[in-house]
Amino acid sequence: MSSTLRIENLHVAVDGKEILKGVDLTIRQGEVHALMGPNGSGKSTLAYALVGHPKYEVTEGRILLDGEDLTSLDPCERARRGLFLAFQYPVTIPGVRVADFLRHAVSNIRNPDRKEGEELIPMREFRKELRHWMQELGMDPSFATRYLNDGFSGGEKKRMEILQLAMLHPKFAILDETDSGLDSDAVRVVSEGLRKLAGPDMGVLIITHHERLLEMNPPQFVHVMLAGRIVETGDAALAHELHEKGYEPVRQRHPDIAAEETAEQAATAGAE
Amino acid sequence: MATDLKTTEHDIGIGEYKYGFHDPTDKYVFRARKGLDAEIVQQISELKGEPPWMREFRLNALRIFEQKPMPNWGPDLSELDFQDIYYYIKPTDRQGHSWEEVPDEIRRTYERLGIPEAERKYLAGVKAQYESEVVYGSLKEDLARLGVIFTDTDSALREHPELFREYFGTVIPPTDNKFAALNSAVWSGGSFIYVPPGVKVEYPLQAYFRINSENMGQFERTLIIVDEGAAVHYVEGCTAPTYSTESLHSAVVEIIVKRGARCRYTTIQNWSSNVYNLVTKRAVCYGDALMEWVDGNLGSKVTMKYPAVYLLEPGARGETLSIAFAGRGQHQDAGAKMVHCAPHTSSRVISKSISKDGGRSSYRGLVKMERNAHHCRANVVCDALILDPRSRSDTYPYIETENNDVVVEHEASVSKIAEEQLLYLMSRGLTEAEASAMIVTGFVEPLVKELPMEYAVEMNRLIELQMEGSIG
Repeated sequence: MSSTLRIENLHVAVDGKEILKGVDLTIRQGEVHALMGPNGSGKSTLAYALVGHPKYEVTEGRILLDGEDLTSLDPCERARRGLFLAFQYPVTIPGVRVADFLRHAVSNIRNPDRKEGEELIPMREFRKELRHWMQELGMDPSFATRYLNDGFSGGEKKRMEILQLAMLHPKFAILDETDSGLDSDAVRVVSEGLRKLAGPDMGVLIITHHERLLEMNPPQFVHVMLAGRIVETGDAALAHELHEKGYEPVRQRHPDIAAEETAEQAATAGAE
Repeated sequence: MATDLKTTEHDIGIGEYKYGFHDPTDKYVFRARKGLDAEIVQQISELKGEPPWMREFRLNALRIFEQKPMPNWGPDLSELDFQDIYYYIKPTDRQGHSWEEVPDEIRRTYERLGIPEAERKYLAGVKAQYESEVVYGSLKEDLARLGVIFTDTDSALREHPELFREYFGTVIPPTDNKFAALNSAVWSGGSFIYVPPGVKVEYPLQAYFRINSENMGQFERTLIIVDEGAAVHYVEGCTAPTYSTESLHSAVVEIIVKRGARCRYTTIQNWSSNVYNLVTKRAVCYGDALMEWVDGNLGSKVTMKYPAVYLLEPGARGETLSIAFAGRGQHQDAGAKMVHCAPHTSSRVISKSISKDGGRSSYRGLVKMERNAHHCRANVVCDALILDPRSRSDTYPYIETENNDVVVEHEASVSKIAEEQLLYLMSRGLTEAEASAMIVTGFVEPLVKELPMEYAVEMNRLIELQMEGSIG
């Protein structure tokens, strides 16, 4: 049965300030969605709220995975139910080797009932799979024994996110600006990697400013976010329009929300 | 609130202390009355059948102990009552040289601690001290044939009196500090090691110290002499039952590393949380010799321990790797001293501490460059990880240089487990406790990987145990 991720009237606040003001979005397994929008429109906030970042407080609305409300679950439980976020800024965990971390993560995700201290997946099986995906993603085998993201270049960090995506194989993957800050070679590697992974059993939400990642992973749905709401949904043609003309036409079509955006920016500038 | 993830009010309980059990004490051979005075000291000396010089040494040390004030710095010792402690308890009549000779209850305790198994697998020799006496001792025959001595310190006084007297008390005299004086007055047990010139002991020698009684004071005395060009790795572990009253462990460890020799001394201290651990450890290091302290402090209520290396001749090197873990109600005041007394000597200190559940860890260290110690180099790196806002970490690095021709580097960092790190690991399916444990294990990894494999595994397991949560 195909799974569905449904976001209903989601309101999210950070430090008491409302950032998302009622987002509705439904993603089915096998679909590729793109979420675009200017800086500060709330795209990353949606990503963090979906995986359960404690600073992002859901004040109203629900996140449903096959009907189950995830909003009160912690990030670990959401991950075990099949959500994955490729972070825009993956953190460094010094002293923790990639392979050790991933074997733990894979064991928990594949066996969601696993208790702390119980058996990890067999080393031989894990290593084989890890080597396979590292090769597919053009990663040097030495990355397996390096400390997680420690001393990695921007491109290497993003590739590491895609490697995790491959190994954890979630039902729903959210990619938060995985293409930002990369040179064109790195974008190509990441895009190809995603194309190999996304299939009928994965729903994908690609958050991006740019179009590059979308060229290789054409979305069926393109959403535009402005001031904490999804204001338009279209197909790939919408992405092209945004690419060519920027967000001005969108703002002109939604003058009320554009005005709200301007007012918020002014307030933030005043606060600084 | 979207989730239960709270890094500010981290509710990871102290892991269950696995070694808190105790044995019955009714079969003990002898127990001195509680408290400390000249009579007790004489009684200990008589029971051991010591020569008069040692009895005088003890009585003199007792006078020094009584005259010296308590330290007016460092952790709070005000609850420590010297008169509420047993200074000497003899659990059994004789020392076993096979485990079958050790009384059943005591043997079972060491089996639970995994000592006989470790001995079979990777040790060259073992000493097991229970209360005040060493109850088991072994050394591989080939080492004995090469002239290696590994015995308890009481036996060494009887069997190797000249060697003993040449070195005993020369590195740490009773006047050194109040607790060294205390140990000198009431010492019992400990390891005595002599490695002849050029002999390299391939596998570690291990001692395991176990306190069993309530209000116990354990005062082992260790003396290690590594002769020219020789090498040895000595490992000690320690645990105690959990009682509501305080016990005291106050050891003195003296080490002489002669020219071109190498000594590594590894401690995995895991006392129960009612033990005051007040220890003086010092090595003197001659030309081109290397002394390494690897010091892991996980247990105890209060630890004060600053392993020292005196670098006496050119080419001498000193190194201390220190890990401290301070949980609820614990204060780990640990560090290192490197005293450069000769030119062209070098030292390195790496310290990592973790504080959680209101625990407090301090790095207290001294680097001293004496006047003629030119062309010397010292490097100190201290990293502290604080897991919650109730916990605390302090750094007290003292640097004294009496000449300008030296390089002394000091780096210190304090970090908190970042919410972002926890989120990242949890978003990959790790529970909050697993994620915290992984971050902590990673933090100490650079030190743990210096340990021999078996101890690295043990250290990681202990840390995981400390991190094991009551959340769930």
